[in-house]
Amino acid sequence: MEGHQILTTALFLSVVALTVGITIWASRNSSGAADHYAGGRGFSGFQNGLAIGGDYMSAASFLGISGAIALSGYDGFLYSIGFLVAWLVALLLVAEVLRNSGRYTMADQLAYRMKQKPVRTAAATSTVVVSIFYLLAQMVGAGALVALLLGVTSEGIKNLTIFFVGALMIFYVTVGGMKGTTWVQIVKAVLLMAGSALIVVLVLAKFGFNLSELLGTAAQNSGKGGAFLEPGLKYGVSTTSKIDFISLGIALVLGTAGLPHILIRFYTTPTSKDARKSVLWAIGLIGAFYLFTLVLGFGAAALLDKDSYAEVAASGGNLASPLLAEAVGGGPGSTGGAVLLALIAAVAFATILAVVAGLTLTSSVSVAHDLYNSVFKDGKASEAEEIRVSRIAAGVIGLVAILLAIPAQKLNIAFLVALAFAVAASANLPAIIYNMFWRRFNTRGALWSIYGGLISAVGLVIFSPIVSGKGIDPATGKNLSLLPADIDISWFPLENPGIVSIPLGFLLGYLGTISSKEPSAEERYTELEVRALTGAGAEQAVQH
Amino acid sequence: MTQDAHDQAARHDPVYDELSARPEFAELRSRYRRFVIPATAAFLAWYALYVLMSMFAHDFMSTKVAGNINVALVFGLLQFATTFLIAWLYSRYSNTNLDPLAKQLSDDYYESRER
Repeated sequence: MEGHQILTTALFLSVVALTVGITIWASRNSSGAADHYAGGRGFSGFQNGLAIGGDYMSAASFLGISGAIALSGYDGFLYSIGFLVAWLVALLLVAEVLRNSGRYTMADQLAYRMKQKPVRTAAATSTVVVSIFYLLAQMVGAGALVALLLGVTSEGIKNLTIFFVGALMIFYVTVGGMKGTTWVQIVKAVLLMAGSALIVVLVLAKFGFNLSELLGTAAQNSGKGGAFLEPGLKYGVSTTSKIDFISLGIALVLGTAGLPHILIRFYTTPTSKDARKSVLWAIGLIGAFYLFTLVLGFGAAALLDKDSYAEVAASGGNLASPLLAEAVGGGPGSTGGAVLLALIAAVAFATILAVVAGLTLTSSVSVAHDLYNSVFKDGKASEAEEIRVSRIAAGVIGLVAILLAIPAQKLNIAFLVALAFAVAASANLPAIIYNMFWRRFNTRGALWSIYGGLISAVGLVIFSPIVSGKGIDPATGKNLSLLPADIDISWFPLENPGIVSIPLGFLLGYLGTISSKEPSAEERYTELEVRALTGAGAEQAVQH
Repeated sequence: MTQDAHDQAARHDPVYDELSARPEFAELRSRYRRFVIPATAAFLAWYALYVLMSMFAHDFMSTKVAGNINVALVFGLLQFATTFLIAWLYSRYSNTNLDPLAKQLSDDYYESRER
């Protein structure tokens, strides 16, 4: 191994040691379900704000968006705006209401006034589907990324990395529960913000803190001139691609507040006011972070030499930030370059660990609390039994994710993150919003919107160019779709289903509701609304 | 620990009907909706305008404002600014207009529990 690889490996192992230590420490005063599922509801607004940032800012954001900006200029930036504005939906319509009316899962708020079993089954299904999609994308990314950052190409190392990341996340979740996971996310958020802020300052210093000069150099070096700073380089090629981006934009802005791993974070604060504060902190943090990625992306385009820039392009953009760190540290071969490269690589690694832990926890809690206890045991399982099941579920989900991620490496599954947002916006958000704002909403409406949104989003992607019909890239000879190039079942022209499936989710929720009568759901709306808006009767923090 | 969520669906607590009928609650609900519904409509429309213009108003978005900074970049950064602004306004609004009413009602709820 070369010097920087030894350093990178050492920093990776420090991240592992630190997070494992935190998890063990957190597990020592974690006892009941409220501790295991909701961290005892004892995290302050600031702590939970950091943890939300840690849960949300994935490697796809950190490396992917800066990479997209480095390669496609302005169009990479378009992404991050949807990711940020989305937080206003969470702040205004979801966070406090959910904190006041639910307990542990997304399903709790619906089950408050509807038929328990069908609604919980639907919500748990959608929770697990969204989380597994997101998880798979992160795990496959982890294998590729660690191999890339360590500079190894062997399949064996990639598989080993996926296995190792999977084993770690199972450990965090089963041992540390929500407390351990939250602290891992807090540590990751601090590392990520500090690491990227450092590189941003170093990049800006090279241009005398003159943004215009940075942009000008980036445009020039990218070889694309002024178009690099204008929208359209990536999404503007045809009317279909433009509509495809609009479809993605809708899913990003409406999906965040329906992502189950984000929703359950709101339960970790003592009151709804703290939940609100935590979203405010998260908005500040996430906003700052996306401004950082703007500088990182354009900085990579401006400062990397031809060879490094070609390497970024070959990595699909993922290497933009790490190579930029190396460049501003003094370039390849220098000590400063090696240190900063290793640092950014370790930050990326911590990022992956924190996100996969959050996803595994979310789906395991939903399986134990919604499916096992409420559906199979009629709500009669003891708390200890439910927690035991959630630990087993975390292990099983982790293993499934590992087993799926290893063969999935051969496929281009980056679309799964966008699909997770589309499902969250089409299936979960309509149910959450109707439940809170519409007295008449009932079980059938909830089921139609959740299953309808879920099936239409996933179904449209199956018949989209992602799965079949794109054929072979004449330049690289690579198959551009998932299925073999000679099979073509595609008829839906867009890669992002949101523009159809989100309105459909809302429409089905409406139709399902007005086509059935459920007086008890309407009666209990009064109780739900009072509780949601005032916090009267909301779950209390655990006193230790 | 409160009752299991399972029992909650069958249980009905009349104190919620009482609270719901109070004029303070009607006021709280209307104040909450009066802020969040227009604010949500506004930021979604503002975001939609940004996305649509990025896709379909290429020439306007490419107009240079100062140096290499063009309208598209300014518009994008304005989305950040409005997000921060709406978040801050909502926080201020909740602190002064929503929280005191919510606290009064939930205090009454907990008092009725103790009786």
